[in-house]
Amino acid sequence: MTAASPSLRALRTSEEVDAFLDGKSFPLVDGDRVTFVFRGEADTVALRHWIFGLTSRQELERVEGTDLWFTTLDLPRESRVEYKLEVTHGGDTRWILDPLNPHRAHDPFGANSVCHSDGYVFPEWAQEDPDARPGDVESLRFHSTTFHDERTIRVYLPARFRRRARYPLLVAHDGDDYLRFSGMKAVLDNLIHRLEIPPMIVALTNPIDRLTEYAASERHAAFLVDELLPHLESTFPLIGTPSTRGLMGASFGAVATLSTAWRRPDVFGKLLLQSGSFGFTDIGDHQRGPAFDPVVEFMNAFRADPGRPASKAFVSCGVYESLIYENRSMLPMFQSTGMEVRYVEARDGHNWENWRDRLREGLSWLFPGPLWMVYE
Amino acid sequence: MPVTLLGPQRHSPTVQQTLHSLGVRGPVAAITAGWEERELEDDELEAHLGGVTRNLELWERCDRVFDADPDLRETLWRRHDRLVEVRRLYRLRLNHAMDAARELLDRPEDPDLVAAEFEGAIDAVRRLDREHLDRVAEVNEAFEAEIDAPNRPSLAGPRKEVAEILGDSAALAIAGGHVAVLLNRLRLFGIADLVGDRPVIAWSGGAMVLGERIVLFHDSPPQGRGHAEVLEAGLGLHRGAVPFPHARRRLLLDDRERVTLLARRLEPLLAIPMDEGARADWNGAEWWLAPGARLLEADGSVRAAS
Repeated sequence: MTAASPSLRALRTSEEVDAFLDGKSFPLVDGDRVTFVFRGEADTVALRHWIFGLTSRQELERVEGTDLWFTTLDLPRESRVEYKLEVTHGGDTRWILDPLNPHRAHDPFGANSVCHSDGYVFPEWAQEDPDARPGDVESLRFHSTTFHDERTIRVYLPARFRRRARYPLLVAHDGDDYLRFSGMKAVLDNLIHRLEIPPMIVALTNPIDRLTEYAASERHAAFLVDELLPHLESTFPLIGTPSTRGLMGASFGAVATLSTAWRRPDVFGKLLLQSGSFGFTDIGDHQRGPAFDPVVEFMNAFRADPGRPASKAFVSCGVYESLIYENRSMLPMFQSTGMEVRYVEARDGHNWENWRDRLREGLSWLFPGPLWMVYE
Repeated sequence: MPVTLLGPQRHSPTVQQTLHSLGVRGPVAAITAGWEERELEDDELEAHLGGVTRNLELWERCDRVFDADPDLRETLWRRHDRLVEVRRLYRLRLNHAMDAARELLDRPEDPDLVAAEFEGAIDAVRRLDREHLDRVAEVNEAFEAEIDAPNRPSLAGPRKEVAEILGDSAALAIAGGHVAVLLNRLRLFGIADLVGDRPVIAWSGGAMVLGERIVLFHDSPPQGRGHAEVLEAGLGLHRGAVPFPHARRRLLLDDRERVTLLARRLEPLLAIPMDEGARADWNGAEWWLAPGARLLEADGSVRAAS
């Protein structure tokens, strides 16, 4: 138990609970132990988290005679965990954000409360910096002859964009999610401002049928390479060589990235693969559900004949994700292709802020900026 | 011509007192092409220089030339792409060569044996740097022949304008910025041939491009520690030294192994940290270092110059 537990258990009156809560930040972090606290009338309260390896539901203990609840988790330094509280009262069960914790992370499904253990540092380079001249994000309506539909692509143009210059290109899967949940625009503005990446054009693409398009689909690869890329290269001043083109994605977006690079090698020289849903089997069936069928089929084909999909790949994964095992397993395979590979793990889960936190290292490694060239 | 190198000027400018100490009277021509799009955001610099300042506007002029002569821009892009490839291959060899030299600095075997191997390893790095300089020079010569800047019609007018402004100036001040951009503009406008006997004062990237060898360095970049790299030869207006602007910020000066490797690799060139307030004068034959100046030493220390 954390140092907070005995003092919590000793509380008896509402006034004592008030005094205990007053001025504290929650959850309570004490070394590598974290105590989650809830105050309110309930029959049961449970912590719901997404740490693979721990029971995902952990009941809070009620402090006798009060409406205060708590539970303690061991959480290594530098961890970042997203969670909710499951509160059951009068037969009604709801998952709620932690009322005592103002830290929130958002994703396409809503929001979660966020717990940082000791040592986690919010990346200041992901916050809007008034000194960093902002780039622009333009919306590009695009008719796809591959998918026979209309698509909206956001295109990030760096500050001081000039038609007379030439730029590297990065194509991102789930572009709007990267913008909304990973602060992609501020990250790009800041890293360019700090000379850590070059001024670049970033095409932020969005799927319409994500689980089909991103599940290693050949059509998706054709869309990117035969349709989108020529369109971008005829519209924007791009350098237009494989070594100046990057492709990135997270989760299924990483599968789409890898499968596109595998099907069309030497188009995108640089890959950024975040928490890839790289499900595979050595024998028998997989257990990840039908959405993974084409992914597993692709990954098994890739493992049998990986080729050399790109020249550089930055691979990251959270250690609190179930996918950590697949990502670790793929590392020697990626290296065996002759790609230059950098692999990074973080004490985080399968979420957009984990992917945000790795962007600086990944982007600046794949696209080193002019920091080496500039001496003001 | 006399060349004076200064530390960074933005926060603690010393350029005005330097001009006074050199006896400069009259307008000063300024080059801020390394700032690229911000070239003309030079109000602060003008204030630092005092008196009459004339920005040669090399970046802007070059941009206008590119508009009029797209073939020139295409050719320079092709050269750039070629140099990127050359650098990539150089870096591949450099990483291995530097790793070997560094590993030999910390071996448990007989010190005499290790020292002999280290000498061989650091010599291999020096040889690699020289070879890289030669490769880049070959690429540059081929492209310079193709560009033929002195006789290119699109450059004739702008070069003449620059020559006239510089001809009426008592000194030339060169600020830093992007060293490759700056170097290219200086070459395109033939600045080295136009300077004549007037004093040249340069800082940061400006100090780097005037030497015989441009060395890029940063010991703590976000993508992880690498090794200093030779970019290419500079204009050769000063010799025998490599300036390291912002050394306190960009170099791990407490890491004796890194300092040793850098100093030994560059021998016999002097490795001069150029932090704020630093000054080094080249009279065409030898260096004079201002009091307080320091040098990177072969034993890994950073010592006051004697």
